[in-house]
Amino acid sequence: MKRPAAYGLISIFTLVLILMVAGCAKRRAASPVPAAKAYGTQIVEVSGGKQIGGVGAKLSDPLVVQINGADGNPVTGALVSFRCLGLTFNPSDALSDSSGQVSVAVQLGSIPGSYQVVAETPKAGGGAATVASRETALGYEEKLGKEVSEKYCASCHDPESTSERVSNFDNLAPPAPHPFTDGNTLNPMPDGDLIKIIADGGPALGKSPQTPAYRSTLTMAEIKAVVAYLRAVADPPYQGTTVERK
Amino acid sequence: MSLRNQIGGVGRFFAGTAPRRFASVSVLLALVSAIAPTKDLLSQWRHYQRLYVQLIRNRPDAARLERRFERGIHQIWIPEQHVVDRCSTCHVALQEASLADVRKEPFRPHPPMPHSLTEFGCVVCHHGQGAATTVEEAHYSTKAWEQPILPARYLESSCGQCHMDVLEGTPRLNQGRRLLSRFGCAHCHAITQPDGTLVAPIDEPPSLEHVAEKTTREWIFAWTKNPQAYAASSTMPNYRFSDQEATDIASFLVAQSTASENSHKELKSAAPPSSDEAVQAGTSLYGVLFCSSCHAIQNAAGNLVGGDLAPELTRVGSKVNPDWLRRWLQAPQGYDPKTRMPRYRYDEKQVALLSSFLLSKKDDDFLAHVHLPDSDPQSIARGKKLVADYGCTACHRINGVSPPASFAPDLSRIGSKPLFQVGFIRGMPETLPDYIAGKIRDPRAFGPALKMPTFSLTDVQVESLTTALLAQTDRAVTMPPELVRSTSHAKYHPGGDAGRLMEDLRCQSCHAINGNGGDMAPDLTFEGSAVQRKWLLDFMNNPNTLRPALIRRMPKFNLSDVEIASLSDYMLTAYEASGFDSQTLEASALNGDAAARGKELFYTKYACQSCHIADYKKDKGYVGPALAGVGDRLTPVWIYKWLKNPNALSPGTLMPNPNLPDGEARDLTAFLVTLKAHSKGGAK
Repeated sequence: MKRPAAYGLISIFTLVLILMVAGCAKRRAASPVPAAKAYGTQIVEVSGGKQIGGVGAKLSDPLVVQINGADGNPVTGALVSFRCLGLTFNPSDALSDSSGQVSVAVQLGSIPGSYQVVAETPKAGGGAATVASRETALGYEEKLGKEVSEKYCASCHDPESTSERVSNFDNLAPPAPHPFTDGNTLNPMPDGDLIKIIADGGPALGKSPQTPAYRSTLTMAEIKAVVAYLRAVADPPYQGTTVERK
Repeated sequence: MSLRNQIGGVGRFFAGTAPRRFASVSVLLALVSAIAPTKDLLSQWRHYQRLYVQLIRNRPDAARLERRFERGIHQIWIPEQHVVDRCSTCHVALQEASLADVRKEPFRPHPPMPHSLTEFGCVVCHHGQGAATTVEEAHYSTKAWEQPILPARYLESSCGQCHMDVLEGTPRLNQGRRLLSRFGCAHCHAITQPDGTLVAPIDEPPSLEHVAEKTTREWIFAWTKNPQAYAASSTMPNYRFSDQEATDIASFLVAQSTASENSHKELKSAAPPSSDEAVQAGTSLYGVLFCSSCHAIQNAAGNLVGGDLAPELTRVGSKVNPDWLRRWLQAPQGYDPKTRMPRYRYDEKQVALLSSFLLSKKDDDFLAHVHLPDSDPQSIARGKKLVADYGCTACHRINGVSPPASFAPDLSRIGSKPLFQVGFIRGMPETLPDYIAGKIRDPRAFGPALKMPTFSLTDVQVESLTTALLAQTDRAVTMPPELVRSTSHAKYHPGGDAGRLMEDLRCQSCHAINGNGGDMAPDLTFEGSAVQRKWLLDFMNNPNTLRPALIRRMPKFNLSDVEIASLSDYMLTAYEASGFDSQTLEASALNGDAAARGKELFYTKYACQSCHIADYKKDKGYVGPALAGVGDRLTPVWIYKWLKNPNALSPGTLMPNPNLPDGEARDLTAFLVTLKAHSKGGAK
């Protein structure tokens, strides 16, 4: 009586063990990390950084990095891993192609804000070369701000023209408008000042009348949304001013 | 000792004497009744509330946060919207703005949003199970509940449950809805929006009733095989027809083609000259006439240049019959009475030059390898069957095949489709958004026999379309009607002789009037109050624009003087705003002193020259229309009223309301009316 029970116990134990191993094996098979075939000494971002999208959205362009060797030439077959809490990469680990590049699709996280992506490649003698890129996820308020600012603000504040809009930036008398990404200028300004300028125009803070007053055109929620948007896209990133953000 | 003996022993112990039995039952009862409180004590939400208390203990405003925090189950109950949400039991800090730096769930405060939590609760926007109090049941698919949390990237769909209008904060939803109309989804699928209106297609699939006049069987074959090979911007989907099927369809379409009204007309112009000079002259004519306001052509660098209101013309020379083209340019409605293309009054020379240019836009490789066997009755019959089976007539008018009734599934409630009704492909994530996105991206992956064709859409477009479709939920239909924001569905068309002329010119393809029409050109609803008659006559004769930066402009129609006068007089009387009598503004207020003050205001206080050009010699502003000559163009009352509140006259205008005192508005008006044109016309 005792022996069959022991056999049963052992067989159940073995079965569980096999299932566990199988489960792990399956999970590993889902995202295989390729083995590096070559090693570089330097990693650089080619394109795809500083993109902006809605929370949880796939970015429209892939993030592309390039691996170079000690001689400065691109390295094929080097392993690159992309890491960032909250973001999803497809694939998250890949080998560089014949031009030394790796291109990954990026899906933003569900929390609005700035995400710091680190791409890493192991070096031959141990250690790793890394490059950091930044992607930005917009929540509801920042998205609203983006729409409002593209309609009312971008024609003067964005020096770049698009197929739908010719930039007015170069047509203005000095002082030139600050692009919304100009963190060096805008980050130290408290929200209250930015709101005041948008609502009551440049002269409200002793600045140029070329910025008109939008108090009677936009709602206060829209004005705050524009501020939230320019905080989100600020470069260098906005870390908060001394005045508490409300 | 055997197992049975052991159990027997235990049994005997409990089932012994009466006091012993009583004692054991009491102990058992105590144990059983302790299960529920223990489970409750160890519940997830208590765990999170304990963590929250630890989190806020060290915050600077700990006292305030603790005062505001209540232990226990929290519930938002809104019976009219069928909302019973207990999410805030764990997500305790949703309304605590001072925790904005916390990024750890479930303690993040809710980011700013247009509605309050108490007004709508959580699941109306986020889906999931509001009544659940465990993480698993609230967020994921379980046996009892299969509606998981909506992924963040599709969140805008929730706004679409009540908002049928275009919302500023929801670019994906807006784009998705536009695509539903633009890619013709609504030709095959009925999509009833929550406010009861049907999604209406805005693309314009051409009539094929006379297609043999326009093009060849070879071109139809190549196009049917792969529309994007001919024009990358085409919205016609790829049906992945075999060579045989495409041949049969082309044979049938040519066979069913009848003679159009145009074919009976005598061709007035001579054959298009094909010399290089003619092509050159045609190229500049194409530019001068602003065909590119609606049509695009790929340039040498491969970029599309031009509008997307009408078909791309990059390879049109490989498609059309030259005689058909000349007749079309003279009278598009004679070939297709429903076309959006206006009837331009081109003269014979213009038609000849334009067709030379268009016929030179060809790609000899496109049809180089297309060699079709002669058409035969069997092939034509097979083609007719294919056309009927694949529902071609849901979009195109074709002789002998009537439009299919209820051809494709109704998508009015697709956002609430139960998952047990969904046939997933093996390996795909089994969620509704993934299913909808997958179906849009590659419908035939769900079964080779499915008829839905493959559209050429980018990932972003697929995501937008999925967002728009996810808004079609059961909940949207049961929302209290006072919460639903409908769009207007105005069907205004001008009447009378002028109305017929405006139909002929297809004014509403670009201009909206009384809420109906395109959005490419200025709204004409109040045009009669805005402009002066003399200017309007000049403008119709020669539509120069004062927005030199725009690619899209009003094309030249070559109208006769009689037509211009009748059109202008109609607009000046029919399209007036109320409160525009001359008493609004006293003429004596517009004197030289006022103009001088106005000039000062224009250039110094309000820096209007940043956006407007009042003087071409020194101003450079490009955002608003040029104001040089505005004194000849606009009426003084309009200028004054516009300055006081632009949004009231043109909702959504870029011009901010400067909130001027009456005196300043009068002075600026006095200055602007002094700006007279020197023979320059201009657009509003």
